[in-house]
Amino acid sequence: MNRATIDLWVGIFVTIGIAALIFLSLKVGNLLTTTNAPGYRLEARFDNVGGLKPRAPVKAAGVVVGRVESIRLDPKTYEGVVTMRINEGFNFSKDTIASVLTSGLLGEVYINLDAGGDPAMLGNGATIAKTQSAVIIEKLIGQFLFEKAAEGANK
Amino acid sequence: MSSSGIARGVARGLRRVGGGTVETITRLGFASRFFIAVLYHTPGAFRRLRLTLREIYFSGVLSLVIILVSGLFVGMVLALQGVEVLERYGAQESLGIVVALSLVRELGPVVAGLLFASRAGSAVTAEIGLMKATEQIAAMEMMAVDPLARVVAPRFWGGVVSMPLLAALFSTLGVFGAYLVGVKLIGIDAGAFWGNMQAAVDFRRDIVNGVIKSVVFGMIVALIAVFEGYDAKPTAEGVSTATTRTVVGSSLMILAADFVLTVFMFRGVGL
Repeated sequence: MNRATIDLWVGIFVTIGIAALIFLSLKVGNLLTTTNAPGYRLEARFDNVGGLKPRAPVKAAGVVVGRVESIRLDPKTYEGVVTMRINEGFNFSKDTIASVLTSGLLGEVYINLDAGGDPAMLGNGATIAKTQSAVIIEKLIGQFLFEKAAEGANK
Repeated sequence: MSSSGIARGVARGLRRVGGGTVETITRLGFASRFFIAVLYHTPGAFRRLRLTLREIYFSGVLSLVIILVSGLFVGMVLALQGVEVLERYGAQESLGIVVALSLVRELGPVVAGLLFASRAGSAVTAEIGLMKATEQIAAMEMMAVDPLARVVAPRFWGGVVSMPLLAALFSTLGVFGAYLVGVKLIGIDAGAFWGNMQAAVDFRRDIVNGVIKSVVFGMIVALIAVFEGYDAKPTAEGVSTATTRTVVGSSLMILAADFVLTVFMFRGVGL
């Protein structure tokens, strides 16, 4: 086996091996998030974001139109502030309603945008005024039990 | 049978157990001293980089085909089976998590380690064993060339360097295979596939731990391979026995070490 050939192959091997490690770190492990995709930002404030995670899809009529970029807590109002990046080409009216939904019982959590009829559109960095928080199943069950108990007491 | 006959039988059984134990401990001690001797000759292996590069070629580059193909197919099958189960809960979007975590944490290092033991470990043992059987190692000693520095240490480090790279390639190809089947064939949303995966996989906890595992497995396979080769009986039968012992021993050691490492990494020291 020729020396130069061995060197070449070892070089290829080590390079693609390190490339695989970098791929695992960046693409699978999300060490660096690249947020230079074309599009514009929207913000929405929720009383409760539920199990929403960064990079969750933003859907309109079930079609993915963007991604959740970041989620943080407003320290003054104690609301969850969700920043979304909407893909180029999708515009939403000023009276759009944003809601946190779950696909299926155990499926992924996403943000649904219901477009309204206002001719004015939301621009880059605008905040969606009307929001609907995530449904917390424990709260629902608690409410249901409370109502049942109240019914029983009234009888 | 008389009572003295029974006593003799028992004594023979005990002698066999004792002999086996002493032999095992002797070999273990020899293997430990051998390991320290290999480490002692490590600077030499890197000073003669040419020799180590040659061994990276033989253990790493020549194992590429089997590692890449196995990784791709393991990923594809994992995606098919994962979707089959996740569909019942309406959670196909979580496929990325299932595939990435099982590959990066477990399957990548372990399966790549097992393949590496059978592909490269056996070859190293057979090579060193045959060198011993044909008295090349004795000849080196005659010429005042230390076979540990010249033959063993480069092969050991060639294996240790190759193994983490092979495991990373295995995991990468596995994730790619799962992407092909899950996203391109079955039609899961590509954004949900990658997004859920990235939200679930942690760099320190999953990827670094996976790399640590593959380095440890590489050391296990490489050490067992060079030791069995060096310790082989210098006959055709001895070399064949040593090769078998390498594959069986390093496979079992990988599985045992994987369990121990997983306990420490994911459950903490106190279980």
